[in-house]
Amino acid sequence: MKHKRTNRTAGRNPRREFMLAAGGVAAGIVLSPAALAQSGIGPGRTSRPTQASVAATLQAVHKVAGTATINKGRVTVDLPALIDNGNGVPLTVSVDSPMTEADHVKAIHVFAEKNPLPNVVSFQLGPRAARARVATRIRLADTQTVFAICELSDGSFWSGSVDVVVAIAACLEEL
Amino acid sequence: MARAIVNIPASADRGEIVEIKALIAHDMETGFRRTQLGVPIPRDIITSFVCTYNGAEIFRAEFHPAVSANPYLAFSARATESGSIVCKWTGDNGFSMTESAAITVV
Repeated sequence: MKHKRTNRTAGRNPRREFMLAAGGVAAGIVLSPAALAQSGIGPGRTSRPTQASVAATLQAVHKVAGTATINKGRVTVDLPALIDNGNGVPLTVSVDSPMTEADHVKAIHVFAEKNPLPNVVSFQLGPRAARARVATRIRLADTQTVFAICELSDGSFWSGSVDVVVAIAACLEEL
Repeated sequence: MARAIVNIPASADRGEIVEIKALIAHDMETGFRRTQLGVPIPRDIITSFVCTYNGAEIFRAEFHPAVSANPYLAFSARATESGSIVCKWTGDNGFSMTESAAITVV
């Protein structure tokens, strides 16, 4: 819907078109090269990174987990299913763990595959943290899957994910 | 100087799990935004957060640009002894901020 409206208004009002194009680039909405050329936005602007590639996400995961097998389960990612504003999204990650000296969570890494950078935040905790549950607020650039990978003290990796719909993406506004 | 808050219960029973909430005022400029003239705004974020309980590290976080402005964190710790919980944020352009809170274990 949004794409169509953007294209229809293109070329009528240069000011409005510029704002739409600029916003579109920031939001990761794909505009046609012709529309961008018309709006007078240079190549420097169009080459701006808007989404992490699948390869970059895999690389980021590889960096924390190496070649270890990542099992599904034990990790709960809690995010609102419908996010009206991607700039401050409450995130809670919890792991099913007794958090004892012998069996605890060492680290939790959160990733968002369609943000400009796949890494969102990483936590390192131990038995003294008592509860494997962390809350924070994050930015989300697009409707996507947010996933978390945790590393346990026995060296195993577990993951959990959640699909979210983002209505207003982070980083849309220009200064 | 940035403003920061560390919130913990003033007192707790020995062995009780307490929640620690830490909030700091910071723009967390992502480095992906531009001005209306198209000039890129350089990245300026907090990159690291460390929490210690009487000198021993209990929790650490690494922030990326996807952490919201005014980073908020809530996590837990087991109240083992009276003392201080110290939170330290460090980031780009030499940013450093320390805030502490006292806890009495009865």
